[in-house]
Amino acid sequence: MQDTSWVPLFPEGASSFAWEVDALYFYLIAVSAFFAIIVVAAVFYFFIKYREREKFATPPEIHGSIPLELFWSFVPFVISMTIFLGGAIVYYNQYKIPEDTMEIFVVGKQWMWKVQHGTGQREINELHVPVGRKVKLTMTTEDVLHDFYIPAFRTKADVVPGRYTSLWFEATKPGKYRLFCAEYCGLNHSGMGGWVYVMEQRDFDNWLAGNLSNQTPVQQGQDLFTNKLGCASCHAGGQNQRGAILEGIFGKEVKLVGGQTVIADEEYIRNSILNPAGQVVEGYQPIMPTFKGQVTEEQLVALVAYIKSLSGQSGTTAAPMTPATDGTTAAPANTAGAGK
Amino acid sequence: MENVDSINTGEEKGEEKVNYLTNGFSVKSWLLTKDHKRIAIMYLISVSVFFVLGGIYAGLIRLELLTPASDLLESGSYNKVFTQHGVIMVFFYLIPAIPAVLGNFLLPIMIGAKDLAFPRINLLSLYIYWVGGSLTLFALMQGGVDTGWTFYTPYSTTFSNSFVMLVGLGVFINGFSSILTGLNFIVTTHTMRAPGMTWFRLPLFVWAQYATSLVMILGTPVVAITILLLAVERLTQTGIFDPALGGDPILFQHLFWFYSHPAVYIMILPSMGVISELISNFSRKKIFGYEFIAFSSIAIAVFGFLVWGHHMFVSGQSIYAGLVFSFLTMVVAVPSAIKVFNWTATMYKGSISYDTPMLYAIGFLGLFLIGGLTGLFLGSVGLTVHVTDTYFVVAHFHYVMVGGTVLGYLGGIHYWWPKMTGKMYSEFWGRISAMLVFIGFNLTFFPQFILGYQGMPRRYAAYPEEFQVLNIFSTAGASVLGIGMILPVIYLVGSLINGKSAGPNPWLLPGLEWRTSSPPPTFNFEKTPVVTWEAYSFGEDSGLDIEEARRESTVSPTA
Repeated sequence: MQDTSWVPLFPEGASSFAWEVDALYFYLIAVSAFFAIIVVAAVFYFFIKYREREKFATPPEIHGSIPLELFWSFVPFVISMTIFLGGAIVYYNQYKIPEDTMEIFVVGKQWMWKVQHGTGQREINELHVPVGRKVKLTMTTEDVLHDFYIPAFRTKADVVPGRYTSLWFEATKPGKYRLFCAEYCGLNHSGMGGWVYVMEQRDFDNWLAGNLSNQTPVQQGQDLFTNKLGCASCHAGGQNQRGAILEGIFGKEVKLVGGQTVIADEEYIRNSILNPAGQVVEGYQPIMPTFKGQVTEEQLVALVAYIKSLSGQSGTTAAPMTPATDGTTAAPANTAGAGK
Repeated sequence: MENVDSINTGEEKGEEKVNYLTNGFSVKSWLLTKDHKRIAIMYLISVSVFFVLGGIYAGLIRLELLTPASDLLESGSYNKVFTQHGVIMVFFYLIPAIPAVLGNFLLPIMIGAKDLAFPRINLLSLYIYWVGGSLTLFALMQGGVDTGWTFYTPYSTTFSNSFVMLVGLGVFINGFSSILTGLNFIVTTHTMRAPGMTWFRLPLFVWAQYATSLVMILGTPVVAITILLLAVERLTQTGIFDPALGGDPILFQHLFWFYSHPAVYIMILPSMGVISELISNFSRKKIFGYEFIAFSSIAIAVFGFLVWGHHMFVSGQSIYAGLVFSFLTMVVAVPSAIKVFNWTATMYKGSISYDTPMLYAIGFLGLFLIGGLTGLFLGSVGLTVHVTDTYFVVAHFHYVMVGGTVLGYLGGIHYWWPKMTGKMYSEFWGRISAMLVFIGFNLTFFPQFILGYQGMPRRYAAYPEEFQVLNIFSTAGASVLGIGMILPVIYLVGSLINGKSAGPNPWLLPGLEWRTSSPPPTFNFEKTPVVTWEAYSFGEDSGLDIEEARRESTVSPTA
């Protein structure tokens, strides 16, 4: 697989939008060649034709030409706008997270990628995904900036501490593709990579079956919620509980003290666990303690998954026949919760 | 034309006149000088030291990347080497090189002034540069820094164990040198132009310096603040950029690029000014579209402040911010295109000589063309998502920074060398070096575009084996480039010892700098010149005695 995916001088494309990036690339090469040939030909022609034939000659003065100036300002402007538009369309396809994705969590850490599937499988520096299925990665990091980059998919996104960023792709060809960290992250930056395995659905199901080991993120989150962190003492007591009701909250608009509203997305839930006094829901007292420093990024991911599940949101499932409908992922932003 | 004759000083009286170099030989006469020309020479020596040091780091990078494994340098050392290559080249060579050396030397002469408006502040800016540079060198000797020249947080504030504070302090202090130089140039251009030197008679080099100075005084304070905030967070754990402390790492990127993108124009605009001089003068033709070139410099300086976000397309900024910055980036491409077309058109029907400075200028055109066009690739946001943070970006900015700034700088140094030193260098070796630099450069950096599209990330000490062949090409090219860069050091220094005397105007050019002796006297002109000719006029109105020059050149072919 490795041989075919790295054809000399041109990388293999293996995602649904890889061809769009390649097409844009070829368009730009064509535009560049067009301008380069014109300018280089003119320079060489003048350079030879008008070479110095007499010392200190005084060639005719030409001041310039307004029509020419307007012409060569206007034409590059128009062409640059076509490049902008092409880039904008491709960018939109790359970064607008579609609905009905299979969600996988990624946590970057100096210097490894930890991956957790909705069905509980965990991987390090490897990512197994089925072919022909839209996959959304929800990513964060425990330390510094990283960047999840799969050249064959022609996409990447920075992974930023303190927030969730997301990346999506639909692999089109089974195979084994390079995974890199593309944002400098310290000592072993160049070692922070691995492989993405794109498998036929059947093979992927087998892989899942062969690796079923851990709790799913939802189960893990429930365990944290009810036992380890004690969230349930305020948040699971029915109508008279002290904390906000979490059932059905995900993806909905929430009214805050002070009259603002926010969408309760992954970012909001994460922030509410780490900094509860920041955005208090209307009708509740700001009495919740912060859990900053007590939960790891991976535990946060599990809590978010559990709270999503309370609203019937199961975007983390990998079960092939039940494509999840995840209301918030349609928000056209790279950063989950950017509109907060 | 009597005013022209009166300022045509030189060796015609047979006796050696006192010039700025012979006016005092003591160390004190240099260190306490207020002469912009002596300050420029001290800058020339200083930036050359930094350039050589940065070049040695570049050589280490290329040698390490000859093989996929990190064998010559282990990752930790490699990270420091590429960081220090970047810090030294950007802050201590590329930003000061053309303004502080060529601008300092030539701007007052080109406008017919005796010196810059604030000679003491000019000397102060050199001392600030020395302090900033020494601190940085001291930090490198202590163990160096490994954050990348971009100092991205939270790595730089919380995680790196290297000398971030010391290097940051060096860069911070050095920034004031830029601000003072910019201030000096702006005031000088406004207030000290000779009689008759109207704005639209200014050489385009002066316009470019002016536009650069605007960016320097408006942009540099921002990077100073950014580094200060970084230092505060690193020292006191304040929580400005590190989210673990309540800060925002993206904020750092916004602040950093708000300066550092305009800084790209601090590096390239002066070089564009040099190229305008070279192409016009060595084609012996008035520059095509003077006003368009002049105003495109200003347009680049202004729009350059609005495109910082294109460094952050994949950083987590919103999709709409990405689109806006992509659009503005496309707009800023237009003035650069205008310049390239005008330079090309200037050569039409000219009388083009193949002297070394012109060869550098042609080399600049070729490399800047590729650098500029690949800038469109990176401005097109859908493509950038794939190629950003890869070798495609590395190749692109080296085409602009080395192909643009360094070639412009070398072209300018060759062009004004006879003026600065009074000596001619070896034309033969000059041409050889110009061609070696061009060939070596392309061999080094063109393969990196391909590597980038294949997906090789930047800042990797070790890389997958499939990338090796192109990396070997790149390293081979770097050796050729290295030789091309070392040659000028040898023959230019050699020319000081055995170079032919240049005479005041070896190429018979109309600019004011060619109407005083070489090297110029301490106050530049015997009498304040009165300008009666348009910029770049080679005809009779320029007052140049072509017949006389021809007769002389057949007797003693110094030109």
